[in-house]
Amino acid sequence: MIYLDGIERVFQVGDEAVHALRDVHLEVKQGEYIAVMGPSGSGKSTLLNIIGLLDRPDRGVYRLDDVTATDLSDDQQAAVRRHKIGFVFQFFHLVPRLSASENIELPLTLAGMEPEERKSRVQAALKAFGLAGRAKHRPDQLSGGQRQRVAIARATIMEPKVVLADEPTGNLDRASGKDVIEILERLNLKGVTLIMVTHDPELGKRASREIHMVDGRIS
Amino acid sequence: MKIEDILHFSIRASTGYRTRTLLMLLAMAIGVASVVILTSLGEGARQYVTDRFSSLGANLLIVLPGRSETTGGHPPMLGETPRDLTLDDALALNRSASIRRIAPITVGSAPVSWKQLEREVIILGSTSELYEVRHLSMGQGRFLPAGDPTRGGAVCVIGYKVKHELFSNQSPPGEWVRIGDRRFRVIGVLAKKGQSLGLDMGDVVIIPVASAQALFNTSSLFRILVQASSREAIPRAKQVILNVIRERHDGEEDVTVVTQDAVLSTFDRIFTALTLTVAGIAAISLSVAGVLIMNVMLVAVSQRTTEIGLLKALGAPRRQIMSLFLAESAMLSLAGAALGLIVAFTVIWVLANIFPDFPIRIPLWALAAAIGVSLLTGLVFGALPARRAARLDPVEALSRR
Ligand SMILES: Nc1ncnc2c1ncn2[C@@H]1O[C@H](COP(=O)(O)OP(=O)(O)O)[C@@H](O)[C@H]1O
Ligand SMILES: [Mg+2]
Repeated sequence: MIYLDGIERVFQVGDEAVHALRDVHLEVKQGEYIAVMGPSGSGKSTLLNIIGLLDRPDRGVYRLDDVTATDLSDDQQAAVRRHKIGFVFQFFHLVPRLSASENIELPLTLAGMEPEERKSRVQAALKAFGLAGRAKHRPDQLSGGQRQRVAIARATIMEPKVVLADEPTGNLDRASGKDVIEILERLNLKGVTLIMVTHDPELGKRASREIHMVDGRIS
Repeated sequence: MKIEDILHFSIRASTGYRTRTLLMLLAMAIGVASVVILTSLGEGARQYVTDRFSSLGANLLIVLPGRSETTGGHPPMLGETPRDLTLDDALALNRSASIRRIAPITVGSAPVSWKQLEREVIILGSTSELYEVRHLSMGQGRFLPAGDPTRGGAVCVIGYKVKHELFSNQSPPGEWVRIGDRRFRVIGVLAKKGQSLGLDMGDVVIIPVASAQALFNTSSLFRILVQASSREAIPRAKQVILNVIRERHDGEEDVTVVTQDAVLSTFDRIFTALTLTVAGIAAISLSVAGVLIMNVMLVAVSQRTTEIGLLKALGAPRRQIMSLFLAESAMLSLAGAALGLIVAFTVIWVLANIFPDFPIRIPLWALAAAIGVSLLTGLVFGALPARRAARLDPVEALSRR
């Protein structure tokens, strides 16, 4: 489903070239649960961004569902992100002026879905993620765990095949972090491919496969 | 994304940042209000002047003694004194087909009295044709009778103010008044009518021209009013007048002919230019508003960088992000324009109440232009920030906190 080969990503910082990814090869099957581990600055986020089509590699091939993603135009990549990929970030990235339910609704609105359909989907998601009483709350009225649950609901409302989570518990206390992991694992049980960056070796062990990165390479 | 969702999203975004929204609304409102108010004033001034001149009467030419410096031609020769216009000059004009009516006019001032009451009043000497030429109308009785202009009769027509002050609410027709050292019978009272060319027609007494010349002991005329037979005949009538007078004045063209249309169209041009100028100056404040909009939207883009990154991560193409930001600046501009129109309408309503005689109203084109320009300003000056937003690198945008 995901196929990466010979991926290179180089950032130019001043006169220095920083190799964030070096000759990365990775294959992921539908429904896998992968933990990406490694020290800070080893290229984990960069890898996730390339898989999520937010960034383009400087060299190499990336195929997603047998489509060569690196050949797609910006608008085509946007369409792929819209329908196939869900992002979960360390800092939630909720829109501060929108309520929980409006944040969850956002991808549906951007996709031009009818309001009635949107409402019923959002209702279902609120219930599924234990947010039923929080629909009208703005992000600053929610706890960290609730915010991340809203973010996950938003990432999955379009029913993507892949969910990419970059340190989703990095900003949460243990209890709510555990909550969030359970939600993500439940999604994976329903067949969603889950790729999660984490520092926690315990969490890494729960995944079906661990990937260790050092200095831009998968070791 | 649906249009209504784009608008809804933009409204939420702009109400989320009160201060900058108010700032933009204010700038746009000031721009639009000043354009509309200033053009309305200019247009009102033009209308005012046009109305005043039109009330003189249609197809009017005015013959003045003496050559006007502004009409060009030779400067007056040394020792040349302009000849007076006489009643015979006036009557000689009557023979041309391009001239329908003439009204010779003498003007003087004399005490007018009835019973114990006396007042100093402007006396106009003229003929029955003045009635048509100046578009007068009667409140009571009738105007000067037709007849040989060289013979004066002892009759007079009085303005409504004169009637009011000498007769209060008694009926003047049939009464005898004393003007200077002569007695005249009142045969009519002019209807209430506004000023025309600086002369308050309510405050005059009109008597036959020959009687006036005798009263003031003169043979000259103040001016001759000529009504051309049609609008097209005005230039021909002017030429006829000059020819006839030159012939009668030993080859000297010592009169000036002013045509009302020439005066009118000059004023019309002047005031239109004036209106456009003030509109242009006011439009500068609109472009200032535009620059402000651009800055405010640029601030908005950098304030909402992570939000834009998120929208991209959620699969919003560039076009969509661009339209979200354009919709926001266009909407704020239109809201500002609406606010400005409310201000303009209020100011003009107040002015119209303070100066009821001044025909001030908002020209439709100014209204349409103000709204159109403000929308355009919003789109044009919103385009750069919107493009910047659409081109943001999502990874970098999301890594900002
Ligand atoms: N936009 C960028 N510009 C310059 N250097 C970058 C950029 N993004 C990442 N890097 C560099 O690439 C390397 C990998 O970064 P990253 O993928 O964020 O690591 P990790 O997520 O594993 O901490 C780091 O050395 C980082 O400094
Ligand atoms: Mg990282």
